Amino acid sequence: MSAHVASRSPRAMAWARRRTAFARFAREFSRSRSGMVGLVFLVVIVALAFLAPVLAPAWMLDVTKVMDSPRFAPPSWEHPLGTDHQGRELWVRMLWGAQVSLLVGFAATAMSMIIGTIVGIAAGHFTGIPGALLMRLIDFFLVLPSLILAIVLSTVLSRGVWTIVIAIGLTSWAGTARVVRAQTLSVESRDYVERSRVLGAGHWHIIVKHLLPAVLPLVLANTTLTVGSAIISESTLAFLGLGDTTLQSWGAVLRNSMDVSAATSGYWWYVLVPGIAIVLVVLAFTLVGRAVETIVNPTLRSR
Amino acid sequence: MTNTVPPTEEILLAETGSDKAPRRVSALSYFLSKLGGAAVSMAMVILLGFFAFKILPGDPVAGIARERQLSPEQIAQLRSQMGLDKPLWQQFTDYLVNVFTLNFGESYVYRTPVAELIGDYFWNTILLTGTSAVIAITLGLWLGQKAGWRPGSLFDRITSGMALVLWSVPTFWLALILLMVFGGTLQWFPTGGMTSPDPPTDPLALVLDVAAHMVLPVVTMVAVVYAQYVMVMRASLMEEKSADYLVTARAKGLRDDLVRRRHAVPNALLPAVTLMFLHIGGLIAGAVTVETVFSWPGLGKLTFEAISGPDLPLLQGTFVVFSAVIIATNLIADLIYRRLDPRVRRG
Repeated sequence: MSAHVASRSPRAMAWARRRTAFARFAREFSRSRSGMVGLVFLVVIVALAFLAPVLAPAWMLDVTKVMDSPRFAPPSWEHPLGTDHQGRELWVRMLWGAQVSLLVGFAATAMSMIIGTIVGIAAGHFTGIPGALLMRLIDFFLVLPSLILAIVLSTVLSRGVWTIVIAIGLTSWAGTARVVRAQTLSVESRDYVERSRVLGAGHWHIIVKHLLPAVLPLVLANTTLTVGSAIISESTLAFLGLGDTTLQSWGAVLRNSMDVSAATSGYWWYVLVPGIAIVLVVLAFTLVGRAVETIVNPTLRSR
Repeated sequence: MTNTVPPTEEILLAETGSDKAPRRVSALSYFLSKLGGAAVSMAMVILLGFFAFKILPGDPVAGIARERQLSPEQIAQLRSQMGLDKPLWQQFTDYLVNVFTLNFGESYVYRTPVAELIGDYFWNTILLTGTSAVIAITLGLWLGQKAGWRPGSLFDRITSGMALVLWSVPTFWLALILLMVFGGTLQWFPTGGMTSPDPPTDPLALVLDVAAHMVLPVVTMVAVVYAQYVMVMRASLMEEKSADYLVTARAKGLRDDLVRRRHAVPNALLPAVTLMFLHIGGLIAGAVTVETVFSWPGLGKLTFEAISGPDLPLLQGTFVVFSAVIIATNLIADLIYRRLDPRVRRG
């Protein structure tokens, strides 16, 4: 056994170790019932979003092509989820909206994770004044509600889907940074990092080779949770009229429904359908995120 | 609203772990350090405001010039009126003076000074968010301690499940649903505004009228945030459950109920209440969409109107005031925490 292992290169050994770690992770994850439910649901939704152009050709969204379709038709066999104020099928808008909502959710989360990881590691690794300043910055963004800052950013910048992504990404990284910083501090005090430092490793080496691999599992758990809240933020900004008017996200559909006062005029499906879509997807992300968190964060395992 | 539920346990640990430094802090230096922290945060808000409102939007005169024909002289005059011809550092000092004298300029939409508008609407928002905060914190503490005492019980599973679902609900959507069901279909509560179109003159009737208008917005805000508070209190009580003093209390022969009420809960309360106050920013931010849906005349509705303008002076004013309220709330929470928890006083 030992001879077999020794004959392989360190790189191959590292990969073998990662493969077993991933297999163990997958095994543990599959044991979490709620996590699996969330994951399966998300896979279906992502597949549907990708298939939107096949299932519902783009002309179905064109207002001029659906002139004979009834407006505000309640759900029926003909119109499964009802129609909107311009006669478009709500299920078609939901499918296309899934693309935008998920894209914004993932893109904003990616940005938020990158900022959060960099700031968090730097705040934990660099001691003294730089670390203290970064900690102050994290606390500041943690306390200040991200929604208000996101509103300000998306109002003063030009309208567009990337503005929304930037506004959400720039304002939602603090929670991740805080978790990453805590983990960095605990890894930093371990012997192998100390050994590496004594052997002359620089900041870059320690950060990339030791700290980053140690914090990534936590970042992964945070990612799934953040996608959910980014989708909520996107829908809120779209609802407030800050979204890209040319793109149809779920929030934009809700915005349309408020513009025609669907809530007080009895068009209940117009309000219910997009909202339930958001709740289910966010809930699925939360379930997956919590399952991942329980596995990668052993202090939570007992709960 | 983007504060996530699950990591609160993480933060809770960091929060309670941080006061273990064996250092005695005097009341004055504690007060000064917290005050200093709040001042730094406020300075950052003001800096952020300058960046967001004076630098990011680009040249406002160029925007006006795009919409209607202006001669070069008119452009120059507009620029000097707005102070844009001055160097950047001087614009910044002008801005600082304006912020500190609460001079945010005139609202484009209302044609009145922003400070006056905010002064008129400020207490309405405080009334709404304050009531919601009190109810949400009480409910969160009560449900959280019950759920955390018996983790895994039916009650705990229902409470935690509700918390997860409510956390996934966008605030404005819940507001729309309540508006639809209780305002539209059932017509139990008024759907908008703070008073009836012709408010009653009798003080008691007026209070009742306002209270009726508050029900739906308050229920929305409470429903969205109490779930987070439940999780905080639940985690906090579970931290205390393994403590030795509870074994002692049980060994004395106290009933389970008394062990929880007299021993575990008081100790779990402190970190939980602090964290709730730290998260109160999320509740206050929820005012933007809730006030929009229910036409509640507060800062949130002003913010919404400022967006649709866009009315940058008004938005800047509500941004600074919202941030100041949140920073002040956190400062108060820190100070109360020290009064209540002798461990912090010892450092």
